Amino acid sequence: MVDTANPFIPTQYRIQKVLGETYDTFTVELVPLQDNDGFSFLPGQFNMLYVFGVGEAPISLCSDPAIETSIKHTIRAVGTVTSAIQRLGRGGVVGVRGPFGTHWPLDDAKGNDVVIVAGGIGLAPLRPALYQIFAHREKYGRIALLFGARTPHDILYKHELERWRGRFDVEIKVTVDSAINGWRGNVGVVTTLIPGAQFDPLNTIAMICGPEVMMRFTIKELQNRGVKTENIYISMERNMKCGVGFCGHCQFGPTFVCKDGPIFRFDRINTIFGKREI
Amino acid sequence: MRTLEPFLAEHPFLKDLAPEYIKLLTGCASNVRFDAGQFIFREGDEANNFYIIRHGKVTIQLFAVERGAITIQTIEAGDILGWSWLISPYICRFDAQAVELTRAIALDGKCLRNKCELNHDLGYELLKRFSHIIVQRLEATRLQLMDLYGAHK
Repeated sequence: MVDTANPFIPTQYRIQKVLGETYDTFTVELVPLQDNDGFSFLPGQFNMLYVFGVGEAPISLCSDPAIETSIKHTIRAVGTVTSAIQRLGRGGVVGVRGPFGTHWPLDDAKGNDVVIVAGGIGLAPLRPALYQIFAHREKYGRIALLFGARTPHDILYKHELERWRGRFDVEIKVTVDSAINGWRGNVGVVTTLIPGAQFDPLNTIAMICGPEVMMRFTIKELQNRGVKTENIYISMERNMKCGVGFCGHCQFGPTFVCKDGPIFRFDRINTIFGKREI
Repeated sequence: MRTLEPFLAEHPFLKDLAPEYIKLLTGCASNVRFDAGQFIFREGDEANNFYIIRHGKVTIQLFAVERGAITIQTIEAGDILGWSWLISPYICRFDAQAVELTRAIALDGKCLRNKCELNHDLGYELLKRFSHIIVQRLEATRLQLMDLYGAHK
């Protein structure tokens, strides 16, 4: 857990486990080098992971918030820091600052249907929300998870998705943008799953995470179904650096994504969302 | 005997269509089924039908010699399959193959085309509905082309 007196000082964590998710994405399980009181966070929050001598990157927490002895991050090796974490491998030590940012509205969602729309690695920050929903399943109405990936090889958390599909109280739909012979699942963008999903639009909380273009079209499709703008939440991504709203790198209109986000209620940002000048 | 009229009247695609048009469509409709792997139509076929899928899954494919059959989209229960019957030269643009046992209502597009020529109000109602589907599919295709989840380093 971050030093509340100084949020800029990282705590050292060891990479206890590395799990390959896809050809370019992996999950690390981190444990503190020194005993601490456990790491508590809320679904949707992120950490700054520091590779000493290389740099820092904001990465969403993707583990079960009920487990405080270790934390997990699913990382796509596409940049200097993320590739360095991949190279560190099991036993490597990273610095952790966090958790930072806002969280998914799981309390507000109680008593409502929940539709979760994820694209690509956007499923990672939504996974803790799913864990919490499943832990308190009776408090929610219908649950729909709609997940879009690039190809069948890019599907995250395959085993978990299969296990969740086996539950009788959640609708899980997966689609890929392109597939070759042998794939018997859906093909098409994730927005095409929305018209057929089972939820009551008037009593639904929607949580969306993925590339901004995907979220833009997802919001439109949810609004077409009748989901209210104030019930739509999205996870934004910007160039987060300090994590506490000091440096201004992640400014998004009048907000800072690291502090006021990354989870935003859509009606609070809809006038600036998707604007190329922002 | 129960006709297909109530099913057609309740389908979202035909929502708010005048009862006389529903009746007319019912006259052009029949129940069909396709086994897993069966082609419903092939690229280049005359496009004389469209389908309202009741159950199952259909892939829309394009065949490329170098890559084999490429699935562009899947169509599921509740969806509409086929719009080439309405647009000249009335030739199927892609292959459609059932992935699993699929049941559908087939509508005789050739017969409907003639009716639309005689009754432009009906033609307009159908064209409005199919335009919506074509726009949705165009939008989805454009998003697919963007390679949204690719690693844009």
